[in-house]
Amino acid sequence: MNRFEQLAPWRSRPVRPPQSGISRRKSVWTRLHLDPWLLALLLVLMGGGLMVLFSASGQRLPVVQAQATRFVAALVVMLLLARLSPASLMRWAPVVYGGGLLMLIAVEIMGDIGMGAKRWLVIPGVMRFQPSELMKLAMPMMVAAYLCRRPLPPRWQDLLVCGVLLALPVLLIARQPDLGTSLLVACSGVFVILLAGLSWRFILAMGALAAAALPLLWMNMHNYQRQRVLTFLNPESDPLGAGWNIIQSTTAIGSGGLTGKGWLGGTQSQLEFLPERHTDFIVAVLGEEFGLVGMLTVLVLYLLIIGRGLWLANTAQDSFGRLLAGSIVLTFFIYVFVNVGMVSGILPVVGVPLPLVSYGGTSSVTLLAGFGILMAIQAHRRLLPR
Amino acid sequence: MRNSRQALKNPEQEVRIFRWRSLLAAFLVVALTATLMGRLAYLQVVQHEVYITRSEKNRVRVEPLPPTRGLIYDRNGVLLAENRPTYNLTLVRERVEDLEATLALLVELLELPEDEVEAFRERSRQRQRPFQPALLMSDLDEVQIARLAVNRHRLPGVEVEAQLLRYYPDAEIMAHALGYVGRINAEELQTLDTGNYAGTHFIGKTGVERQYESLLHGQAGLRQVETNARGRVLRELGRSDPVPGQNLTLTLDKELQTLAYELLDGRRGSIVAIEPASGEILAMVSAPGFDSNQFVTGIDTASYRALQDDIDLPLFNRAIRGQYPPGSTIKPFLALAGLAEGVITPDTVVRDPGYYQLPNDTRRYRNWLRWGHGRVDMERSIAVSNNTYYYQLAHELGIDRLHMHMTRFGFGQRVGHDVFGESAALMPSREWKRGRFNQPWYPGETLSVGIGQGYWMVTPLQLATATAVLANRGEWITPHLARAVGDEPVVMAPAPESVHLENDQWWDRVFSGMEKVLTGHEGTARRTGVGLEYRMGGKSGTAQVFSLGQDQRYNAEELAERLRDHALFMAFAPLEEPRIAVSVIVENAGGGSTHAAHLARAMTDAWLLEEEAPEVEELRERIESDNGRVAGN
Repeated sequence: MNRFEQLAPWRSRPVRPPQSGISRRKSVWTRLHLDPWLLALLLVLMGGGLMVLFSASGQRLPVVQAQATRFVAALVVMLLLARLSPASLMRWAPVVYGGGLLMLIAVEIMGDIGMGAKRWLVIPGVMRFQPSELMKLAMPMMVAAYLCRRPLPPRWQDLLVCGVLLALPVLLIARQPDLGTSLLVACSGVFVILLAGLSWRFILAMGALAAAALPLLWMNMHNYQRQRVLTFLNPESDPLGAGWNIIQSTTAIGSGGLTGKGWLGGTQSQLEFLPERHTDFIVAVLGEEFGLVGMLTVLVLYLLIIGRGLWLANTAQDSFGRLLAGSIVLTFFIYVFVNVGMVSGILPVVGVPLPLVSYGGTSSVTLLAGFGILMAIQAHRRLLPR
Repeated sequence: MRNSRQALKNPEQEVRIFRWRSLLAAFLVVALTATLMGRLAYLQVVQHEVYITRSEKNRVRVEPLPPTRGLIYDRNGVLLAENRPTYNLTLVRERVEDLEATLALLVELLELPEDEVEAFRERSRQRQRPFQPALLMSDLDEVQIARLAVNRHRLPGVEVEAQLLRYYPDAEIMAHALGYVGRINAEELQTLDTGNYAGTHFIGKTGVERQYESLLHGQAGLRQVETNARGRVLRELGRSDPVPGQNLTLTLDKELQTLAYELLDGRRGSIVAIEPASGEILAMVSAPGFDSNQFVTGIDTASYRALQDDIDLPLFNRAIRGQYPPGSTIKPFLALAGLAEGVITPDTVVRDPGYYQLPNDTRRYRNWLRWGHGRVDMERSIAVSNNTYYYQLAHELGIDRLHMHMTRFGFGQRVGHDVFGESAALMPSREWKRGRFNQPWYPGETLSVGIGQGYWMVTPLQLATATAVLANRGEWITPHLARAVGDEPVVMAPAPESVHLENDQWWDRVFSGMEKVLTGHEGTARRTGVGLEYRMGGKSGTAQVFSLGQDQRYNAEELAERLRDHALFMAFAPLEEPRIAVSVIVENAGGGSTHAAHLARAMTDAWLLEEEAPEVEELRERIESDNGRVAGN
């Protein structure tokens, strides 16, 4: 490869040999740019999720229908994104990132306040839009697009640029305040840098620095956020206030036992002891009604999705695809870990939904859009193993 | 040297790093997931006993606190709908061990009569959200409460719950205007905001109660309570108070409403009174009424069937849903349309031989007076209610212009601002007939419409509204029932376009004709106008229930009572500065318009004069004696 090709390998990608064995028996999946295994796992998860949601919503069919409708919309988005080539994703990365950043600033200036936080951008009569959701995808795209043109592992000056790219949106989202989303956006960027080969010395140094910065973070937190941390450390300190969620959700999960109380049979869930039980705390319903068996099944399902995702990431043809795909998959795991950890009481309460199970349209769309990008990357992978 | 080598990309190394790092990440993912699984196993297997006990005991739970429903007052602050404390029997199916045995015991304890037992069981089976109490019985008496208290230990899942129950002090008089609340049914449960209605058993079903449901209901609160193992409340731990519903002040005047209802006593009909300047509905009565309190506690099947099967249709709100041919009451509006279109002037004279004939048609459209009124100008046409004049006017206007002008007075439309379940009735047009019957409009039909017959249907509210607009010299007002919500006056949507006339004096000429109806020597309601202490304009009308063949004569006595004509009257007073507009419809009153006119006069008298309105009994006698002498159309 000449130097030009090394910097932009996709430009000189040879046209796929027409007589290659694979392309001769092009399956419907290849033509749709979809990975059947990953799609099947996602569909199983979403189907199970709808079932749990029916129970968690107090058996209200309209809620399930609304969620199913959003799933369909999200799947369409996935299908469309899977058509894109990684090259165009890379070209558009700065535009998407810049646009997202501008919208975050717009939210800061004139956002719509819902539930005590400024998160929404409203174009009257047209749509309500949460720019921070867009950032969950724009962030890894931008960092990956930046790093893949540079030699890897990244040098100090590149890290500095990445740091700025990372910090701006994360701080803006944390100011809304939306700790959960800012955490996810930060993770999606950090994963790209880590996968790109950040040196271990640097990782250790940053870890030490973060530990030192904890008191500073504490001082800058909102009251309710501090309360959540305190509650996490000792839920019994305030059983009717902030500790309520944790006590009730652990009670729900614990009382489920090995096999659970049966679908729709969870007393904790159906009695409305559980607040937000169809959104962020839906795991508690799952744990109560399906028991440890159900929980392990779902966790294994997530593991399979993540495993398949990482496998696909490794088959990507260039750095950009690899890094982006890897980050998307690992961020997906962060959702699962933070949410299940929070509801089962080993992490503080942070507003992160259980991916593709919790009720909520925007996050489903973002998640499936991410998987769409993943599939676009796998569809354009190298045909022959190196 | 080192730098320049690093500046070059090394794809092989990049792939190697990525492989290695993603493998590491996979290990981490598995390790962290294993941590979660460990935590879950700890909660669900090791600690299971602890949590299952905690969950079974349900020591602490959240209960909804239903808000107090807003009160409803009349315009003078007289209470029309209040909340009465009562005791209800509720049952949470999920907490009951043996439903059949519990129900049997309850039936025994409450000494329920046989015929109510089935309905009682039905209610216990009604589809509810899990762990929501189902309302089995309202309004327990003291003996029943005491018996239930003694047997509490035998009745897990059964609660006696104190609740405020809606009560209407003047139920019969107010039933149609106010509407009523009733138990939330399965259908409503689907669409309700379940959070806000969690502790509420009742919801507005019709009338004002339905129209203003969201304001009257309020916001539910919550309380956290400690309970014993059977779910009975021991102690309250914390609460957020409900926000009570807002009080509503109506435009209705209870005294005027009561008078209107008494005036219609024993008859079927409706009276609507509106203040022309504001559009406030002062009285809106449909007779016969019914006891709406029955619907609050849950009416038993037999009583409900009796109300439904009653030939007088007491549940039917005639004031807003009753559709009647307006008869001659619409003649002043037609005259105004004629003036506006230049088809007539106030001094146009029509010679009436007792009938009207379309060109090239032998059919005779008859005046109600067989030998005719002779020379008739506009004012006289209103005063004597001449038909021939309006046959000719309607023919010259044509149905299209007629429809356009009548629509501007609100005919054929829902006119109320906050009147639940109002009917638009029907103002026929060429398009309507094509759509409905797929037939062209025939000229003869325009003539029928010209005297308020044919397809034309109005509701009493429409007629009163049109009268108010007329009294306002065309200025539109939107009739409404709510005056203030809490302390805030009700904001009205902008009214439709007003009716303008080229010459403002034409209004006076029409008014003069309407005054002659009551005071003119040949006015159709001259008996009613005797002794008027203010200037009043009105117009009588008769709506045919039973149509006559060509040249047949009408004889009230020969017809069964229910085939007799409906008597209509619309009026406003005082002429100079109208303060009340009334429409009266008395079904099958027979004997021309006298009956309705007397009632209208009683209403205006009551509203305008300081002293008491004429005694209803006295008035009824006058009507009886007048009915002997047929006054006119």
